[in-house]
Amino acid sequence: MNPKRKSRLYLAVFLLVAVSGTTAALMVAMEQNINMFYPPDQVVDGTAPVERTIRAGGMVKDGSVNRDPDSLAVEFTITDHMGSEFVVAFTGILPDLFREGQGIIVQGELAESGRFQAKEVLAKHDENYMPPELMDMAQEIEAQGAAKSSDPRT
Amino acid sequence: MIAEFGQVGLALAGCLALAAAIIGLMPRRMTLAGASQGAVSMVVGQFVFITVSFAALVWCFVTDDFSVAYVANHSNSLLPMQYKVSAVWGGHEGSFLLWILIMCAWMLVLALRGKNYPEGFFTRVLGCMSLLNLGFICFAFFTSNPFERLIPMTPADGSDLNPLLQDFGLIVHPPLLYMGYVGLAVPFAFAVAALMENRVDAAWARWSRPWTNFAWAFLTLGIALGSWWAYYELGWGGWWFWDPVENASFMPWLAATALIHSLAVTEKRGTFKSWTLLLAIAGFSLSLLGAFIVRSGVLTSVHAFAVDPQRGMYILIFLAVVVGGSLTLYGLRAAGQRAYVGFSLMSREFFMLVNNVILVVSLAAVMWGTLSPIGYEALTGDRISIGVPFFNTFFVPLMLLLALAVVMVPVLNWKRTPLQKLKSTFVQALPVAFVLGGIWWFVTEPKYVSVLAALVLALWIVATHARDIWLRSRKSRGLPLAYWGMTTAHLGFAMSIIGIAITATQSIEEDVRMAPQDVSMLGTAEVRFLGVRTVDGPNYQAEQGVFVVTQADGGSFELRPEKRRYLAGGNVMTEAGIQAGFFADTYVSLGEPLDGGAWAVRLHYKPLVRWVWLGALLMAFGGGLAVMDKRYRRLTERRTATVAGAQSAA
Repeated sequence: MNPKRKSRLYLAVFLLVAVSGTTAALMVAMEQNINMFYPPDQVVDGTAPVERTIRAGGMVKDGSVNRDPDSLAVEFTITDHMGSEFVVAFTGILPDLFREGQGIIVQGELAESGRFQAKEVLAKHDENYMPPELMDMAQEIEAQGAAKSSDPRT
Repeated sequence: MIAEFGQVGLALAGCLALAAAIIGLMPRRMTLAGASQGAVSMVVGQFVFITVSFAALVWCFVTDDFSVAYVANHSNSLLPMQYKVSAVWGGHEGSFLLWILIMCAWMLVLALRGKNYPEGFFTRVLGCMSLLNLGFICFAFFTSNPFERLIPMTPADGSDLNPLLQDFGLIVHPPLLYMGYVGLAVPFAFAVAALMENRVDAAWARWSRPWTNFAWAFLTLGIALGSWWAYYELGWGGWWFWDPVENASFMPWLAATALIHSLAVTEKRGTFKSWTLLLAIAGFSLSLLGAFIVRSGVLTSVHAFAVDPQRGMYILIFLAVVVGGSLTLYGLRAAGQRAYVGFSLMSREFFMLVNNVILVVSLAAVMWGTLSPIGYEALTGDRISIGVPFFNTFFVPLMLLLALAVVMVPVLNWKRTPLQKLKSTFVQALPVAFVLGGIWWFVTEPKYVSVLAALVLALWIVATHARDIWLRSRKSRGLPLAYWGMTTAHLGFAMSIIGIAITATQSIEEDVRMAPQDVSMLGTAEVRFLGVRTVDGPNYQAEQGVFVVTQADGGSFELRPEKRRYLAGGNVMTEAGIQAGFFADTYVSLGEPLDGGAWAVRLHYKPLVRWVWLGALLMAFGGGLAVMDKRYRRLTERRTATVAGAQSAA
């Protein structure tokens, strides 16, 4: 084999190994780290898998935040304002923009009992910002609200 | 009235950009005499009009002109003056105007250095840049006009700048980052011009190199500053989140890093030409992709601007035109660019190739992790997010491999290296690195094999480069700046690796509940919470916690983290208390108030976290150093000398 072909062969082998290695690693990593998102109705009706890391989101129900007096444990209820709600348990510091009525996302595992054990609570850093995951829900609620209250001007 | 001046300036700059693009990109047989001078003056014109436009927006902010919608949404009469100015780029519209201003600045600098390049080629570069600028200006003018008025419903006061952005970090982070993003348009334009003029050669690579280095250095600084800002401003104590928008800036960085190395091979050895062209195209295209991700609102992120599908669509079409157009040109012209230059396995070329493959694979992994949620949603309608472990699984091994390639660079020759020359690296540098790294690793807790690998590799890089400096400076006095630049950047890389490995595994993080006079242990240090008091800022009211940290050696210091409530918007923001040190940071931030005067408190001890950013600073500094090398300056002198010679002969 002349040197030119030889170096090209090395190159081809190297690229092949690199690409196949990456693809394999990609598949494995994807398998373990995809977190599906579920709105409250799917958490309640059993669509969401139990004991797997998932994301769920909705609005924090008014008056539902309950702190443990001695530790950083906290419980609150997430609702879609359309009848579906579930309880989230979390230990740690809640983000600045966490408050009742606010749209938030939690990441963690759903227990058999229907309680959501959150490892992370995400609220965004802008008052007016709505996470895309919650956008549909907000629009739906708005649409229902609009249908109920007939506007006197129209 | 001033706002309208700004708008007119924007429009006029657009007209000039159109004219310059037409002149610059005209087929050669139709080229007019004096096209080059024409293009240069139009570039100067674009700069002048955009400066007027930008100044007008600054004026609107400084004078609190809330009849301008953008000002009303991003400022407030209580805002301190320096933030009124920086609020100009605190939102989508204004930051895009800054983007355009920076584009014009790059073009202006390019135009002033025009005599370094052949006229035809240079005119094409300016034409290509002007065409891109036209795209930007149209985007600003038609979909995100910062000068839109709120008349007659002018609000009495503005709704304030997001408090997270009222910070030194915001003043400098976007301009530096944009310098990098937009700077990648220069190598892109050089690649397009080289393809159009059919001159993909060593000279083209030499011209591209300083511009690429320069843009890359700014991008590095911008990313490092962003990371630092996130660390002290978001109150979470993290410095990298694999957030889509961070990835958006990291992808062009990876491409530009690969491009810098590939350009070196193309210049010195005349090979890798097609690959270099592709990287130049990819670098800028990824900048645009980043802009799309940030400005279209398709992804969840701290940075995402308000959602507007029209803007996303415009950028997507623009991106398609830029990528499609440049790749078509590449397909038509680059086919003939084959170089028959052989090199062996133990050559600098080969390891540059390895470096490029690793960087591009990393790029692909980041891109996959960032964009696959969008694709998944489009295909199935379900929403997913990709967790941080996904990125770490890839990055750690890939960056360690990359470090291995960096070790080899100074000792390898172009084309082929005698094994004898490699001996010292393996027989001397490696054992030293291994012993030192091993000792260091021994004192870490918990111990990870990846940390050992990172420490040994990073120290091996340092040892090999140090040895190389010593050997070379004995042989020749006065090493070229380009060499110092490379070495500094590689040492910076090693420093960042050590910083990342140590801070990611050795940090202590405690979330605790603390009442006044409570004491918590943070590692070996003792943290005492004295209580909270109220402090008034210029436009906020803060609850300031007072903590006294006593270290094991008896030294103590006070930290005062704050919880601020901004008066205009009622936003709450956490300001961490940080005792910064070269070897470790102590970080305290207030969570939320609990019953009985107690607070949820976040206590962090972060060893070597500063090294992450200091390493990045070194890399950027190295990039800048390489630009200052004589070899790029000599180009001008030589050319002037020939011109002078020709004139005197005539």
